[in-house]
Amino acid sequence: MFAVLIDQFWSLTIAGIALGFIYVLVSLGYTMVYGVLRMINFANSEIFMWGTFGAVVTNRDLFNYTQTSEPATGFRLLVVLLTGLLFSMFVAALTAVFVEFVAYRRLRMRGTNRLATLISAIGISIALAEVMRLLTDSRPVGSPRVLEKIILTEVWGANIRLDTIITIIAAAVIYFILERFIKLSRMGKAIRAVSQNEDAAKLMGVNLNRVITVTFLIGGLATGAAAFFYVTVFEYTKFNIGFTMGLAAFTAAVLGGIGNIRGAFWGGLSLGLLEVYASAVLGTQWKAVTVFVVLVLVLLFKPNGLFGEAVQQTRA
Amino acid sequence: MKIRNYWNLRDFGAKIWEKSNRIQRVAISLIAIFLAGLLPFAGNGILATPISAYDAVLVYPVAIFVLMALGLNIVVGKSGMLDLGYVAFFAIGAYTMALMGTLTSLNTWQIMPFGIAFAMIAGVLLGLPTLRVRGDYLAIVTLGFGEIVRLVALNSSWTKGPNGIANIPMPPNVGPLEFDLFNQKVFFWVTMIMILLTIWMIRRLSVRRPGRAWEAIRQDEDAAELMGIPTLKYKIWSFTLGAAIGGAAGVLYASKNLFIAPEMFTLNVSILILACVVLGGIGNIWGVVVGATIIGYLPERIRFISDARLLVFGIVLVIVMNFRPDGLLPRKKREKAIVKKGVNK
Repeated sequence: MFAVLIDQFWSLTIAGIALGFIYVLVSLGYTMVYGVLRMINFANSEIFMWGTFGAVVTNRDLFNYTQTSEPATGFRLLVVLLTGLLFSMFVAALTAVFVEFVAYRRLRMRGTNRLATLISAIGISIALAEVMRLLTDSRPVGSPRVLEKIILTEVWGANIRLDTIITIIAAAVIYFILERFIKLSRMGKAIRAVSQNEDAAKLMGVNLNRVITVTFLIGGLATGAAAFFYVTVFEYTKFNIGFTMGLAAFTAAVLGGIGNIRGAFWGGLSLGLLEVYASAVLGTQWKAVTVFVVLVLVLLFKPNGLFGEAVQQTRA
Repeated sequence: MKIRNYWNLRDFGAKIWEKSNRIQRVAISLIAIFLAGLLPFAGNGILATPISAYDAVLVYPVAIFVLMALGLNIVVGKSGMLDLGYVAFFAIGAYTMALMGTLTSLNTWQIMPFGIAFAMIAGVLLGLPTLRVRGDYLAIVTLGFGEIVRLVALNSSWTKGPNGIANIPMPPNVGPLEFDLFNQKVFFWVTMIMILLTIWMIRRLSVRRPGRAWEAIRQDEDAAELMGIPTLKYKIWSFTLGAAIGGAAGVLYASKNLFIAPEMFTLNVSILILACVVLGGIGNIWGVVVGATIIGYLPERIRFISDARLLVFGIVLVIVMNFRPDGLLPRKKREKAIVKKGVNK
C-alpha cells in the first residue's frame, strides 16, 4: 500500500507542489472575498470553470491548434502561453465581477440576511455551470497540446517536466505579485482596511463599492490563472470540474486560515501534497473523501486554520 | 426595510384561520386533507403530465419533495443553518432500505425505523464537529458530506457500486390497500400521511421550548447563548430531526422505486430541496409545501424546457432572492429575524 508512496516519493512531491500552486491561486479567490465580505464566494468554482474554457478557446480557436498539430516551441510558445494565461485571467475576472454585480450587490445594498445572499450566489453558480453544460453538450472538452511535455531533468529519480516547472514558477510569480499588490498599493491598503473594520474604513473615505468590485476582480484574476495552469497540466476541462476544485480550494483556504492571504499559500501547498500522497496510498477515487475529512478535522481541532482568525467569531 | 406584498395570500389565509372556532378549523383541515387525497384522481385534465405517469409524478418528485423540504425547513428555516448536503440523509435512508430489504426478510415498515435511526446517527456524527462553526462553513461542510456519501456508495463493493441495488421489495399491503408499481395512489397516500405527521410534529415543536430555542438561535446566536440556551444541543437536535425526515423519505423512495443507484443522490437533489424551501418562503410550513409542489411538479408539466430546467432554476433563485428575499409565501413579520443593519451592508 505504501510501496507506491515510497517508490515514487519525489515525483509525487513535484506533482503535489504543482497541484498545490493551482490550489493556492484558486483559494486566493475564496480568501480575498471572504476577507472583505465575510462571505464565501460560492460561485468561485464556476469562475474557475469558465477560466479553463478561456484557456481552451485560446489554444483551439485563436491559435488553431488541433489534437494532431505540432506543439509550439521557442518564442511562439511563449506568446501562446502568455495569451492563454491573460485570456483565461480576463474571462475569470469578468465572470467574477459579473457575479458580484448580479448576485451580491443588490442584496448587500439592501442589507438582507446572509442566507438570501448565499442562495443568490448558489443560483448564479448553477446558472453559470448550466450555461456551459448546454454549450458543450455535457461533454468533456479536450485542450489541444500546445506545450510539449519535455522531461527537463531528473532529480532523485523524479522526472521534472516542463509543464510542471512552468506551473510552479509562474504561479509563484503571480502569487507574489498579488501579495505585494495587497501589501503595498493604495487599493490593497483599502482592501485590508475594509477587511479589518468596514465602518471605520468607510469613515476614512474608502469607496466600499469599488473595493468590493476590485476584490472580486483580483480573486477572479488569481482563479483564472489557476484555470490556465490546470488546462496546461491536465489538458482537459468539463462543465462540472468546478465543484471538486472549489471544494478542495476552499478546504485549502480554511486549512491556512480563511481571510488570510499567506494562509492560502501554505494551505494550498499542503493540501496539494496531501492529496497526491493520499491518492497514491488509497487510490484516486478516494481523493475527494480525503479532502473532506481534512476539512472536518481542521474545523474540529483548529478552526482558525494554520494562520487565520477565529472562524467562530463573527463581526458585529 | 419594507417588504412589499403584492398578493398577500398568507395574511388572507391566516385571517380566515384566526376567525374560525375549533370545529370550523377541524372541518377546514379535513376538507383540505380530503382534497389533497383526491389529487391522484385529477390526472386527466389540465394537471396531466405529458411524459411521466401522473400518479408516479405525484409520489416522486412532488410528495417526497414536500416531505424532504419540510425536513430541511427545520434546519434552514427554523434554526437558520444552511445545509447543502441534505441528499446525504435521503441516500442513507434509501440505502438502508435497499440493503436491509434485499439481505433480510424485513419489510418496509420494519426497516423504516432503522432508516430513520441511521440518518439520525449520521446527523449527529456530522453535526457534532461542524455545528460549532457558523453559516458558510456549515454550508461547505454539508455540501462535501453530501458528495462523500455518494462517492462512498459509488466506490464501495457492499453498495454494488455504480450498478446500484435492484429488486428492493415492495411494501406489504396495508389492509385492503395494495401497493402496485403501476398504480401508485397508495404510495401517495402513505407519503401524505407522513407529511401530515411531519407538519404536526413541526407545529407542536415550534410553539414549545425547542421551537423557541431555534427561533432565538436563528435571530442571534450569541444572545441566545447568553440567555442560557444550550445552542449546540438545540442545533444538533434540529439537524438530527431534519436528517430523520430525510431518512424516512429515502426509505419510502427506495421501496417505491425498487431500484436505487448512486447517481440518484447527486448535489442537484440537495439544491432542488433547498430551492423548494427558499422559493416557498424560508421558515413558513405552507410556503415550503407550495414551493416544493411547484418545484417537483412544474418540470414534469413543462417537459419541453426540461433540458434547461436547472439553468432556469439558477436564474429564478437569483431573481427571487433579489426581489423577494423572504420567498413567495414568507413567514409572519414578527417571526422574521431582526436584520442587523450594518452600514450599507
